[in-house]
Amino acid sequence: MPSLPPIRPEDEAIAEKLRPEGAFDAPADVHDPVRAGYLLRLGDDALILGQRLGEWCGHAPSVEVDLSLSNLALDLIGQATLLLGAAGDADELAFKRDVLDFRNCLLVEQPNGDFARTMVRQLLFSTFQHMLYGRLSASSDQAVREVAAKAVKEVAYHRELAAEWVIRLGDGTDESRERMLDGLGWCWRFVPELFEVDEELEAAIGCGIAADPRAIEADYRMAIADVLTAATLPVPADQRPILGGRRGHHSEHLGHLLAVMQYLPRTYPDARW
Amino acid sequence: MSDWPLWEVFVRSKGGLAHRHFGSVHAPDAELALRHARDTYTRRQEGVSLWVVKSSDIVASDPAQAGELFEPAADKVYRHPTFYDIPDVVKHI
Repeated sequence: MPSLPPIRPEDEAIAEKLRPEGAFDAPADVHDPVRAGYLLRLGDDALILGQRLGEWCGHAPSVEVDLSLSNLALDLIGQATLLLGAAGDADELAFKRDVLDFRNCLLVEQPNGDFARTMVRQLLFSTFQHMLYGRLSASSDQAVREVAAKAVKEVAYHRELAAEWVIRLGDGTDESRERMLDGLGWCWRFVPELFEVDEELEAAIGCGIAADPRAIEADYRMAIADVLTAATLPVPADQRPILGGRRGHHSEHLGHLLAVMQYLPRTYPDARW
Repeated sequence: MSDWPLWEVFVRSKGGLAHRHFGSVHAPDAELALRHARDTYTRRQEGVSLWVVKSSDIVASDPAQAGELFEPAADKVYRHPTFYDIPDVVKHI
């Protein structure tokens, strides 16, 4: 069974439009560092979480869940291809950058742990991404606008699926509840970073490319609390936030992920497939 | 998962067509059965609508009774509308 989804004509049209004219091999930040930096944040979030979810392939609790998680991964990697492609050469950016140059948030690089932790991570991130993409359909940048408009439907599904699982596992057996609590404890520290606005993001918000995450934080916390309540799980107390992913200060886990993801194109730079 | 019930999946491939049996999925409940069916059977744009039915809710004919149920129809060729000459001008029949 082929594992890749069909490339639809509309996807090709979007990819074609996003290709920067005559600048295919130029370093991303020659053009507009604020725009490229924001595209890297969005693109790296999608890429890294897509790679993480791909690690479940062949290991999920059932073949149906295996397919669910692979579908999410492929959606995210598709988004990353478009977003990084708008910042420069998507393959170069994905496979030739080192860990300090990645701009993803720390939440998405966290190890899968068990299925419960993976689903908590998905709920916490997809809810954020869904609300953010909703706002980005009004971005001043055409590429951001178009990717957000296309991806918001995909992410709506990710968010719903994750919520379904969090509710079932939280309100399931003693063991599934225990594992949910552990996963929530692991992931909760990385939520504040989603809403952090540094100078770089401030500049992108200023020129209308980016959406201000602080504007969705209250809605986000309410939406998460609703799911946790339905799952009979307590909303965790806020801990000391862990920040730094947007500046390239990553946890040790990202380096291991990149080693696996980048091994082939770095070892065989001329490989074509 | 071995303790999840089995659900039969029916897919309507486009508007106007009937739902057709596509296969089955395991899922802990109806809502997740729909999602599993979506992820397993419609990831290449195969459908516009999904039904799932618990396999145990389907009442099936007994294969041992196939003789009395289906064989009597075998020699009733006159039940097929194949004895009419269709005029050439009639295109769609």
